[in-house]
Order: sequence, then C-alpha cells, then structure tokens
Amino acid sequence: MTNLGHLRNRDAVLRMSETEAEERAAVVDPDDERMIINMGPQHPSTHGVLRVTMELQGETVLRSKPVIGYLHTGMEKTAEDLTFLQGPTNVTRMDYAAPLFTELTFSLAVEALLEIELPDRSTWIRMMMCELNRMSSHLLFLATNGMDLGAVGMMIYGWREREEILRFFEKVTGLRMNHNYIRPGGVAADLPDGWREDIQNILEILPQRLEQFDVLMTGQPIWRERTQGIGVITTDEALALGATGPILRSTGYAWDLRRAMPYLAYDQVDFDIVVGTYGDTFDRYAIRLNEIRESMRIVEQCLELMPEGAYRSEDRKVTPPPRARINESMEALIHHFKIFTEGFKAPPGEVYTAVESPRGELGCYLVSDGGAKPQRMHIRAPSFANLQTLPHMMHGGLLADAIAVISSIDPIMGEVDR
Amino acid sequence: MSESTSSLDETTELAESDEDPRDTVKKLHGVAVTDSKGQIVLHPAAEGYHDLIQLLVEEGYAVCVDLCGADHLGNATRVLPAAIEPERFELVVNLLDVRTPRRLRVRVQIAESDPSIPTISDIHPGAEAMERETNDMFGVCFEGHPDPTPILLPDGWEGHPLRKDFAMGTIPVQFKAVEGR
Repeated sequence: MTNLGHLRNRDAVLRMSETEAEERAAVVDPDDERMIINMGPQHPSTHGVLRVTMELQGETVLRSKPVIGYLHTGMEKTAEDLTFLQGPTNVTRMDYAAPLFTELTFSLAVEALLEIELPDRSTWIRMMMCELNRMSSHLLFLATNGMDLGAVGMMIYGWREREEILRFFEKVTGLRMNHNYIRPGGVAADLPDGWREDIQNILEILPQRLEQFDVLMTGQPIWRERTQGIGVITTDEALALGATGPILRSTGYAWDLRRAMPYLAYDQVDFDIVVGTYGDTFDRYAIRLNEIRESMRIVEQCLELMPEGAYRSEDRKVTPPPRARINESMEALIHHFKIFTEGFKAPPGEVYTAVESPRGELGCYLVSDGGAKPQRMHIRAPSFANLQTLPHMMHGGLLADAIAVISSIDPIMGEVDR
Repeated sequence: MSESTSSLDETTELAESDEDPRDTVKKLHGVAVTDSKGQIVLHPAAEGYHDLIQLLVEEGYAVCVDLCGADHLGNATRVLPAAIEPERFELVVNLLDVRTPRRLRVRVQIAESDPSIPTISDIHPGAEAMERETNDMFGVCFEGHPDPTPILLPDGWEGHPLRKDFAMGTIPVQFKAVEGR
C-alpha cells in the first residue's frame, strides 16, 4: 500500500513545464474543447506571485499546476553566509505574515546543536509572542479570504484588528514585521513596561470583533454558498501530500505539533485543537477563525503564568556580557565584540526541529561543521507542501471557485519560494 | 522529545535480534542507525533507499514531511557509521508517524560522479515538489520522477545554486530574452 493510492485523482496535476504551457496557451484548436490558461502571477487573489496553470473545459478545471519561484531569492544559500546569530534576520523574511515562527524554529535548531537550556521566562515570552503572531496571521487570512470572495469590507476589518497586535509587536521588538526578536539563546529584549495592559487591551477588543466577523461572514448565506463543499480534500490525501496545519485539521484529523510533540511550554497551557469535518473551504476558514480564540486563551494563561527571571540564556557562549560590565572590563568588551563579529561556533552535527506555524509544520534542518556559520540550513516551509494539494482541491470544480480554494490554502509566497 | 527517545529504545531492541555480534553498528531493517541529538537517523545505501522508504510506510512512518539535499564539499567533521562511505551529496528525508507521534530521518549518500537516485514520489506524492527543488538546487536527478521540471529556478537556468562551488554574487543574473524586442 502506498500513499499514492490515497489520491482520488492522480491526474489532477498538470505536468508540463512553464515553457510548454506558454506555447500551448498560445495555440487555439477549435476541435479541442480543453483550454490551457494561466492565472497570475499578478492576479490580486494569488497572494503575491503565485501562478496557476489550469486546463479548463468550459468553466470546469480539469488539471492544474501551481507555478512558483517568482519570489525565490536564495535565502537558504544566504543563510550559509550568515552566523548563527545573524540567521534569524534572514529566516524572518520567509513567512512575512508569521515571522516569529521561522525565527523560533531556527533558534530551536541552533540551541539543539549547542545543547543549551533556556530560562523559563524566555520560553514563555516566545510562546506568548508566537500565539499573538498566530492571531495576527489568521486575522490577515480572514482579511484576504474575505477580499478574495467579495466581502471587501472584511479586508479593512481584518487589517484593523491585525494592526492592534502589530502595534504591540512594534513596542516589544521595535518592528511591525521581520522582528529578529527570537534569537538563539533567548529573545532580544525583555517585555516593555505596561505590556500586561497592552495585551489585556487586545484581549478585550478582539472577542467582540470576532463576533462581528461571525455576523459578516460565518452565518451569511452568500458566504456559505461560496465556501461550503468547495475544494474538498480527504485526510488520506492531505497526509499523502504532506499537508499540515489547518488543511489537515479541516479534514477532521486533530494533528497539531503543539499537542502531539510539545515544544516550548505548550504542555503547561490549556487549549483545544480546532478541527473541521468536511475538509472544504468553509472548514478551513472556520478553523482559522476559531484558532484565534484558542490562541487568545493561551495568551491569557501566559499573562497569569509568566515567570520572572532572565529573558535570555546566561550561557556566556551565546549571550554577550551585560552592558554595565562592558563599561568596566576590557575582556567583556572583547567578548561582546567577538560574539557580534565572529559569532559563536556550534559543535558539528545535524538536527531537525519543527514547530506548528499558522500554516502547518514549520521545520528547520540545520547542519553545522563546527564553524560559526551553518554548513546547510533548510527550512521546511508548510506553504510549499500545502500548495501541492491545490490541483487535487480544484479538480472538477469551477474556475470561479479556484479563487476561493487558493485563498483557503493561505500560501505565503515568501516562504514557498524562499 | 520523550516519544523519540522511547522509539529509539525499540530500535535498539529490534537491532539486537538480527545483529552480527562482531558488528558494533546498530541496525534497523539492515540499515545502519545513528542518534543525532536524540533523533533517529537511518543511513541506507542508494540501492536500498526506495525499498526502505516503502518498508517504513508499512511501519507507520507514512508522512514524508521534508526532503532536501545537502552538499558536504569540504566538510571534514561529518560523522557517519563505519559501513557508510561518505559522498559529496546527501539526500535528507524527514519522515513522520502521525499515529504514534515520532520522527525518523533518512540520510542517503549520493556520489558526485553520478548524482541520481530513485524517486519516492510513487510512495509519497508529497515528495514530488521537494524532489524538484532538490534537483534545482543540487542537480540530483530523481529517476522515474513524473515531472522533472524546474520548480524554483526559471526554465533553462544553468548551475545548481546550493552547491558549495556555486559562488554567491559572482555571476550576472540570468534573464530570458523577450521576443520581438
């Protein structure tokens, strides 16, 4: 028995090179009712630069193929030229909607190689910031998903709510996006004064706004017509194609790395895994909406349980000496200088770490040859694997529904192309 | 982490049953096993790789979560089991068992002189895009792949960017000419 047998339609994928597709698209054969068209890479609903080559018969999508690579900038190659401390600045630009998760998985990989333990507070800060980031990422999804399906007002509402969280991120990390906040050895800075009030404020605003979204979309007949039963995928198909996150959970399979293989302090907080039933576009929408509520529960518990202590490791190998020491000690100054110029060396070895990002399993495969830079750094991007489900979801559906399906995968092209 | 430790113990027990007493290398399905920071790593030969992946699916490792290449040119620090001959390229496959949450990694050595290996996309359709990416980046050819076209690089790109001898920033950016201009 192979996974291939789990696919309902093995022919759903249009296997054709870009050049061939371009040539085929230019030829019009009156006897052939099938037609090849290109959607994107500049289509507004393609979330950046996704191009989908589709074979149509009338308005029905037969075979299709996501064409990617328009945003490829060789970030894995760049990573080989950056020290372990500089690494997060690079990886944070992959998934730009959820940058903290890529920083986290990279930092966890470096820490696994170095075999260093972190203080509790840094772990809890990481967890709280990541859950806030999950909320902002899902809010961005709600905004774009609404926009793609014609609920244009939703775009503004989603971005408004997301901005509340990004404002908090700016206060903590200095930047709205691409934070470089989670670093090997802990986080860049402690939480600022008044962080509790800021988070309580966010937790107060959001529930009523989410209820407004329910009124605007969840219970609305037009919304349901456009999403229910569209882009269906089964559990076996999702697993065979390596799809994780909300796509796998929408099929009713409760797989979440936070529960299955807990990292950080997820085994100490209480939350539910949201699953769907039918594996359709509506389920994927509803899962993300309700995951915002679950993330809020985790953040609430972080507020209560946030331990006191250091926000980064005390290990002098990865952490520069405190500012006061630099002023009085020459050695401390040299130490500080060395960490930020040469970087610290990681012992030879290889490791794979994975975290549950808003899009699924986000992994980092890191190889060290004993130097201060990785020998090889590979990011297992969830969107990259999830995009492979697209032809199977669109097969036999209408062209107009293709937009809904692409949107429901929530691909972030920065992480797909890296 | 606790799950992977417990499954490692199982591996050890399995290994003892069919192990040659003179052989100190731990084995699973006749393939050398190592431990990397508490994670299980299998080191099959290129010939046995496809069958091993099939065997592991039946054992529960039914999800191919990640597949990538690595270029170890100039890396003298790599530790491999005694029976495994180090080669320049490595194919790294991360497998996941979703029923009893555990992970396993397969590392295959690929010779520079003949960088080819059977595809596993007939077992794991999800590996298809990942194999195309590895082909782009390292020039590893996957025999029997249903769609061996470039995925991240443009059609007709020369070279394999993630190879260690592909220098950064020294070649001009390659663009396709636009016809009629």
